Amino acid sequence: MIRASFVTDPNFRNLLYIVAFSLFIYGMSGLTGPKTAVRGNRIAAVGMGIALLATFLVPYHIHNIALVIIGIAIGTAVGVPAARQVKMTAMPQMVAIFNGVGGGAVALIAWVEFRDTNGFEFTPTYIVIFSLLSAIIGSVSFWGSNIAFAKLQELIDGRPRSIGALQTPLNAFLALAAVALAVAITAGANDEILIIGLLVAAAILGNMLVLPIGGADMPVVISLLNAFTGLSAAAAGIALDNTALIVAGMIVGASGTILTQQMALAMNRSIMNIVAGGFGGTTVAAAGTDTTGGTVRATSAADAAIQMAYARQVVVVPGYGMAVSQAQHAVREMAKMLEAKGVEVKYAIHPVAGRMPGHMNVLLAEADVPYEQLKEMDDINGEFSRTDVSLVIGANDVTNPDARTKPDSPIYGMPILNVDESQSVIILKRSMNSGYAGIDNPLFVNPKTSMLFGDAKASVDSITEELKVL
Amino acid sequence: MILAAVGTSTLVTNLAILVLAGFVGYAVISKVPNTLHTPLMSGTNAIHGIVLLGGIIILISGVSEGWFSDLLLLIAVIFGTINVVGGFLVTDRMLDMFKTKPKAEVEAGTEDNA
Repeated sequence: MIRASFVTDPNFRNLLYIVAFSLFIYGMSGLTGPKTAVRGNRIAAVGMGIALLATFLVPYHIHNIALVIIGIAIGTAVGVPAARQVKMTAMPQMVAIFNGVGGGAVALIAWVEFRDTNGFEFTPTYIVIFSLLSAIIGSVSFWGSNIAFAKLQELIDGRPRSIGALQTPLNAFLALAAVALAVAITAGANDEILIIGLLVAAAILGNMLVLPIGGADMPVVISLLNAFTGLSAAAAGIALDNTALIVAGMIVGASGTILTQQMALAMNRSIMNIVAGGFGGTTVAAAGTDTTGGTVRATSAADAAIQMAYARQVVVVPGYGMAVSQAQHAVREMAKMLEAKGVEVKYAIHPVAGRMPGHMNVLLAEADVPYEQLKEMDDINGEFSRTDVSLVIGANDVTNPDARTKPDSPIYGMPILNVDESQSVIILKRSMNSGYAGIDNPLFVNPKTSMLFGDAKASVDSITEELKVL
Repeated sequence: MILAAVGTSTLVTNLAILVLAGFVGYAVISKVPNTLHTPLMSGTNAIHGIVLLGGIIILISGVSEGWFSDLLLLIAVIFGTINVVGGFLVTDRMLDMFKTKPKAEVEAGTEDNA
């Protein structure tokens, strides 16, 4: 190889990669607050630009440049409108499919590496191992993310689909099959059918991992797939001896891992338990229903408006139901009316409210709710005792006091928003159906509670109308 | 055999980078508040789009033989680009919503006073 100049020196390229991943880390550290976040994201984007440019600084003739340009052009043509037009309610789907294509790209690259080296002939063993590792994780992530996307987009039924007791043994068999094929390839077998078989086994595993998981568990699944995609990129980075890939992949892997842990913690369930599936959406045999004993008190928009107008502090507790009925803008309008009457309005957001981490916050931010009013669970829970009215909009399980008090409840131990500590509770609900976990919520029959039945957006709108005439 | 020796040290160096990057990533991302977790996810989507580089490296080196390998790499480049471009743009769009908040509050505040 001839080194044409210092620009094409591999060391120069690697220096640029160091600049690039430093910018990734620096940019990500900006995400600690809303003021620095926009800049942080742009800094990371600059890092990506530098990494991309550095890739072309090679000491040999550049082949296939037309293909590269076509690929980037098509990707841009797909990515830009998607990013511009996606509704904030559809962000979980968007992130799921983005996880998927990232993992898919990694798996495809590993496949090509296999083909171009005639089954990793004369390739150092560790490169073979990391390449195959990236292929397995990438394929799992691609197919798992596609299923998650299809569920969130409601292309397929969001309820868990499982083959029952055989699910775990089947998953274990698929994982073993993929690993066995990887071992065979590492040992020197070079028939292409082996890597195709490996990719297919991982693909079925990806499907099998996500199909049994219900809608309410989606925040965990998306986070987990996010971690997988990152780790597959890091493994590809080792296989390709590319530091930018390694560092970027590990940042994403760490991020996905942290989010997965936090989501699982917020549901008081282990990751294994969630992946084993079946909970989010199936009817759990509710142990000893005491809701039937109490009576549900229905209220009207007018009464709700009066109650809130004379409150000092109102805490809004949004859940996925708010996103479904697109009520976030109506909520903001209502909050403005209340604020004009001197009521302090805050928003209590449970970590697993919605279909992905932070979903509710984005919806409310889109509706111009000030960042300072968006409160995390730990910050707001101490305030409920000083709150006059808690307005629960389309949330259920995250407010269920059984999680605190009833050891035989399926959600016992899950950290919840203590809305039952506030002076009174108004619950906007479509009907008396139970939440995703299929568990009764004694909050509904609490004497403090009144229910306003109907579509969340319509209810909020009519409360706002009533507030106007007060 | 020299190649093998170089290969091993590259592996060890890269593993060191991998482990350190994992810890740095963990430390940095731990500080991100729950409120910004959705933009965090879309932002990391953009960053793992860096696999785009892997596709490009193999394509421009010209080692891939046959149209099928090229096709697979083309798809990988498309996927990676969707991640990078789409991820950074949608994150920017979202974070902008969070950023403009203080201004909106000031407006609301002045309205109240008036």
